Amino acid sequence: MHPLRHIGEGKPLTNACPVRPLIPDVVVIPTGMHLGAPSAPCVEKGQHVKMGEMIATPVGGLGLPVHASVSGEVLFVEPRQELRAAPEICIGIQNDKLDEWVELHPAGSVESATPEQIISAVKTAGICGMGGASFPTHIKLSIPEGKSADTAILNGAECEPYLTADHRLMLESPQRIIDGLRLIMRATGVGRGVIAVEKNKPDAIRSLQDAVKNIEGIEVFPLTTKYPQGSEKQLIHVVTGREVPRGKLPIDARALVFNVSTSAAICDAVTLGKPLVERITTVTGCVREPGNLLLRVGTTYDQAFAACGGLPENVKKVFAGGPMTGLCASDTSVSMTKATNGIVAFDEDQAKEFEETACIRCARCVNICPIGLYPYLLRSDIDKNDLDSAKKHGLMDCVLCGACSYICPARRYLTASFKAAREELSAKAKRR
Amino acid sequence: METKKRFAVSGAPHIHAKDTTAVLMLDVITALMPTVIAGIWLFGWNAARVIVISVVSCVGFEFLWEVLFKRPITVNDLSAVVTGIILAMNLPSTAPWWLILIGSAVAIVLVKQLFGGLGDNFVNPALAARAVLLASWPALLSGSSAYVTPFDAVSTATPLATLAEGTATANYSMIDMLIGRMPGCIGEVSKIAILLGLAYLLIRKTISWHIPVTMVASFMLFTWLFGGDPLTGVLMGSVLFGAVFMATDYVTCPMTVTGKLIYAGGAGLILALIRAYGGYPEGTTYAILLMNVATPLIDRATRRRIYGEVKSRA
Repeated sequence: MHPLRHIGEGKPLTNACPVRPLIPDVVVIPTGMHLGAPSAPCVEKGQHVKMGEMIATPVGGLGLPVHASVSGEVLFVEPRQELRAAPEICIGIQNDKLDEWVELHPAGSVESATPEQIISAVKTAGICGMGGASFPTHIKLSIPEGKSADTAILNGAECEPYLTADHRLMLESPQRIIDGLRLIMRATGVGRGVIAVEKNKPDAIRSLQDAVKNIEGIEVFPLTTKYPQGSEKQLIHVVTGREVPRGKLPIDARALVFNVSTSAAICDAVTLGKPLVERITTVTGCVREPGNLLLRVGTTYDQAFAACGGLPENVKKVFAGGPMTGLCASDTSVSMTKATNGIVAFDEDQAKEFEETACIRCARCVNICPIGLYPYLLRSDIDKNDLDSAKKHGLMDCVLCGACSYICPARRYLTASFKAAREELSAKAKRR
Repeated sequence: METKKRFAVSGAPHIHAKDTTAVLMLDVITALMPTVIAGIWLFGWNAARVIVISVVSCVGFEFLWEVLFKRPITVNDLSAVVTGIILAMNLPSTAPWWLILIGSAVAIVLVKQLFGGLGDNFVNPALAARAVLLASWPALLSGSSAYVTPFDAVSTATPLATLAEGTATANYSMIDMLIGRMPGCIGEVSKIAILLGLAYLLIRKTISWHIPVTMVASFMLFTWLFGGDPLTGVLMGSVLFGAVFMATDYVTCPMTVTGKLIYAGGAGLILALIRAYGGYPEGTTYAILLMNVATPLIDRATRRRIYGEVKSRA
């Protein structure tokens, strides 16, 4: 069996747990939840806000608005250290628990909304990629002049171990996902809609298949369970047989990829006029009662863990996302964002650090890399500080899936060093 | 709310496959055990003496070198143990202690540590050591009385040497050659023991089948083309031991499947050439060493295509 079939355990902890809502006492909403410049706060301390009210306005080309995820009084607008490298402005709101919504303006129905209405509603709702990348969705929906796509893929692979948020969404709200896909197809003029789901979720596949039975142009695509099947490049190749050319975007392979959660959010934004203020997040690992929670954006990890019976004493590590790509949090005062699909706690044993040893050229990293790179070689380029050679060897092609580090018997920090090198390169590019 | 608590922060991924370098080395050691036991059974305590001296001195040299040059001590990765066993398996049970010590020093100090330690040596340490010993003390490794017969320890030459000299025809039954009732190096004679080790390595996925199978197949094919008897060829000498335990050394073999096939095919061809036309009766050592040296070239020639790379119009 391929070493990346069914990696790690973890999904059985929560895949049978129905989604339950958590009403937070306080939310701390970061303004930098999406890729691109942080939004500019437009509320003040002491002000009362309604749920869904815009509290920060978009900044720059990749900007998105931020909305209040509860109704209540603004407690503070101040910089806080979240999961980003530098502190960012966060807006704290005391929840009055009345869930008093602003007036919502639906753009149209699934059948009637025009492409312009859809794209505008998605932007107004502040939707960004909810699978982790957090790229502003309305930009993906606006296909550049001279390019076209023929396939829209909804990513329901959820190939990360432990995470079951998308799985539960596909089981519990298949209709919202499919309506979102129909809107995406209308907005982009794409004829083929594909919902790709790993075969380890047969119930989700069945639930979606039942729901798409009479819809033309939409199919459910069962995927082999093999990490990193949910990486954009892998999905496009598996579904369309085409590859994204090196250094290019999915649109250059005439494909668009959205997370299933994003699709459901698009449906809510267009048909209900609802901004993105809540999402399903798997809270799992070393917690007393792991589960899938419907969290208001800005819910702190403290509150999320408290709703899962609290954290045992021996928890050593906490990260956002799955264990293959997740970002570590040094404490639990940080908040979940629009892109937080999981919050995982690991105990001392699971968080054990390994000492890096010499590369033995076993070639496991080479044979496992989904992109065809030579991770050991990239690492040696980086050790020599030869980033030009690293680029030649595909540093920018790496999808940071973590497979090479996972398999490395010498426990070398491969993915982490690639990430650091890329950050160094982009920092250099900015200085110029 | 809970009190603030600082957690460990590290880069993803946060989970790892179970195998570590030491686990892989332990797999190889386990796989070598049938061969070690067969060697001691066939050649007696003299063989055990060679193995003990070889392993202790290999580990010792590695430890001493690392202490002397203030490098991190890595003997617990077990790679020196593997080198020690493989070196011993490549020596006759009559090898004097000083010869083993020199072999270990060449393997660990000259070939492994001087080039940067585990992973940076460009040829297999045990094989290079054997090559040095063979060139320096030919009488002790390929002379007409370097080897002994199993059980009764009568001095003799190896069947391949006898064949090469044309003085007599080697006459061993299939059973003798399979279980190792024939003169030879400690580890090369018992084919059954080697095959048991191969099975273990394949089941544990420590190695893939590509190198051992291709090398033996290529050797048999070319031996047949050169007019020899392929089956007897495999059952005599160290081709099987070399194909399973030495050609498969991660550090010195190519990385991709295509590369492995070229490498193993080449090793089989060179070995068949040496046996058929060369001056030495046996050529496993040189065949694998030559392909070790060619490995960087093979790796470059068989580079995988990067996803999204446009095929060059050559």
